[in-house]
Amino acid sequence: MIYREAGDFKTSYSADQQTFPIGFDRWTVRVVVIFAFLVVPFLINDYWEKSILLPFLIWSLAALGLNILTGYCGQLSLGTGGFMAVGAYACYKLTTMFPEVNILFVVLLAGVVTALVGILFGLPSLRIKGFYLAVATLAAQFFLVWLFNKVPWFYNYSASGQINMPEREVLGFIVSGANAEPWATYLFTLLFVLVFAVIARNLTRGRLGRSWMAIRDMDIAAEIIGVPPLQAKLSAFAISSFYIGLAGALFFGVYLGAVEPTEAFGIDKSFLVLFMIIIGGLGSIAGSFIGAAFMVLLPVLFKNIMVGDFGWPTDTVQHFIFMLVGGLIMFFLIVEPHGLAQLWRITKEKLRLWPFPH
Amino acid sequence: MSPAVLNTIEVFLNGLMAGVMYSLVALGFVLIFKSSGIFNYAQGVMALFAALTLVGFQTGQIPFAHLINVVFGTDYHHWGEGMNTVLAIILTMLIMILLAWIVEKLVLRYLVNQEPIILFMATIGLAFFLEGLGDLMWGANIKVLNVGLPSGGSFWWEDVTRTWASEGSDYYGMYIDVLDVWAAGIAVVLVVALTAFSQFTKTGRALRAVADDHQAALTVGISLRTIWVVVWSIAGFVALVAGIMWGAKSGVQFSLSLIALKALPVLILGGFTSIPGAIVGGLIIGVGEKLFEYSVGPMIGGATENWFAYVLALFFLMFRPQGLFGERIIERV
Repeated sequence: MIYREAGDFKTSYSADQQTFPIGFDRWTVRVVVIFAFLVVPFLINDYWEKSILLPFLIWSLAALGLNILTGYCGQLSLGTGGFMAVGAYACYKLTTMFPEVNILFVVLLAGVVTALVGILFGLPSLRIKGFYLAVATLAAQFFLVWLFNKVPWFYNYSASGQINMPEREVLGFIVSGANAEPWATYLFTLLFVLVFAVIARNLTRGRLGRSWMAIRDMDIAAEIIGVPPLQAKLSAFAISSFYIGLAGALFFGVYLGAVEPTEAFGIDKSFLVLFMIIIGGLGSIAGSFIGAAFMVLLPVLFKNIMVGDFGWPTDTVQHFIFMLVGGLIMFFLIVEPHGLAQLWRITKEKLRLWPFPH
Repeated sequence: MSPAVLNTIEVFLNGLMAGVMYSLVALGFVLIFKSSGIFNYAQGVMALFAALTLVGFQTGQIPFAHLINVVFGTDYHHWGEGMNTVLAIILTMLIMILLAWIVEKLVLRYLVNQEPIILFMATIGLAFFLEGLGDLMWGANIKVLNVGLPSGGSFWWEDVTRTWASEGSDYYGMYIDVLDVWAAGIAVVLVVALTAFSQFTKTGRALRAVADDHQAALTVGISLRTIWVVVWSIAGFVALVAGIMWGAKSGVQFSLSLIALKALPVLILGGFTSIPGAIVGGLIIGVGEKLFEYSVGPMIGGATENWFAYVLALFFLMFRPQGLFGERIIERV
């Protein structure tokens, strides 16, 4: 009834090309964003911050990054964990070397460093593709984690081999370290996620995004019609790594505060982000968020039900969740290989005609 | 010979043995990839699952004991003394065949004609599922697998090699694990058996036909579904062998499923479609990473085995994207 475009007339090109052409979508997004910025900070507590909102936001950012590379440009990557580690360590090194620089810029710079590393490890993609490329990115994953473990310069020669985030402020509010308030860390992360989600959305429907999609759909054909594969692939690697680097920096700086590379950025993280974009939807910005929400909330939900309500031991529940996640991945691939975002798209098509279908 | 040379030879030999173990896992990948074009990420977890099931049968555990105890408040763990190893192996094999059948029935059947990447993701899902199932069925603790294969260092070989060392040098002989030698022997037998099976039996011919061309195979009346069940059963068998070998070597534990990742560079070197390629690739990776760790490792902090195989594969890919024995990649628009 409310979800329709009848009567929603566009009189200019910019109105026609806006991100959400349907009024209902536009208003929903506005309400959600206002709610997230103005209401949630007053309601948030430690539990919601640490186990739901921050992981959701940070993994959404990582999923956005991987989705640019895998979903839009078609380059399968299993190196997400490694690139997140680059972001985290770049953030740590920069903020300890230049303590006076605002943390906002440090996080952005960490993203830039990761982008450079991403270009380096993206070079093989010019010659190899598919599973072969996945193995090449595995080299990045294992090599980078090994590097951060073995070279003491990266962890400032600390005895434990860990890196610890010092306290940093934005506009006088502490956003990292043990004394940060939940609402401050939440708003700080939300700001990054919102800004870069908007940028990603606009990138992917512009010239660059179209060249990525051309490469994804058939690279040889794309080359013939004049899409430069070198630029397209390397820019996808750079931008994707930038996002993943941001996520890594936030994951370390704002969320965890102290990390050890093997534990925090292992291969399981690469798979986790890959699952998010598969379940959410390859080649969809909304899908990245849906997938991240799904993979973050599902274990929390089942843990609460099984451990909290049934009183089952944690390890049994852990195995159960494994089975469930695996089963769900197969289920979604069978029912809808394009992910939850596609299901949502179909629902919207139906909603437009409801309650009077043809 | 000087001890340095002998040490290098020892590292080389141990690398060969490690390579055989990688090849065992890679074999299962190649089998499934050849016949269905599916890159089966779950191969490593299948090895883990097979090993867990085997230990479970051997020691007489009750499947899902933890879950049953939790739900019904009972305290079951074992149903008796356990069973004979041979019987346990046969039962495990039956379970693996059942698994192949279920996978075909519930998953693969619906994914025919999907893109390879979707199928790959589905096998990752399968890997997670099996991992959870295995732990839930048999418990997550590290288990000892003993199927009666000899293990430990070979004294005979130590004595022989000690005589090779030059006079007066302080050399104690080479260490070679007998279990590794057994694994190598079993791998050879396995490859010969698989080759014979695909060359001389009717099913084997059908397998090769499917590998060549799905559509053509369908038109001459070969049932793809049956073939897939057969292939996944064989891959299950290979996983069982790999699981026994790895389990006997380092205990049955979660890390067993990670060898699937190590099998990837092996496959890249050997080519995804070649059985001899899987063996040669495994040997190159095994020897390469051991020699690198021995020669360069100490200079740059050690533990290079974590990434060396992947980097080697990466450089190799630059020059020969289809692998050593792989078929030439031809692309058309």
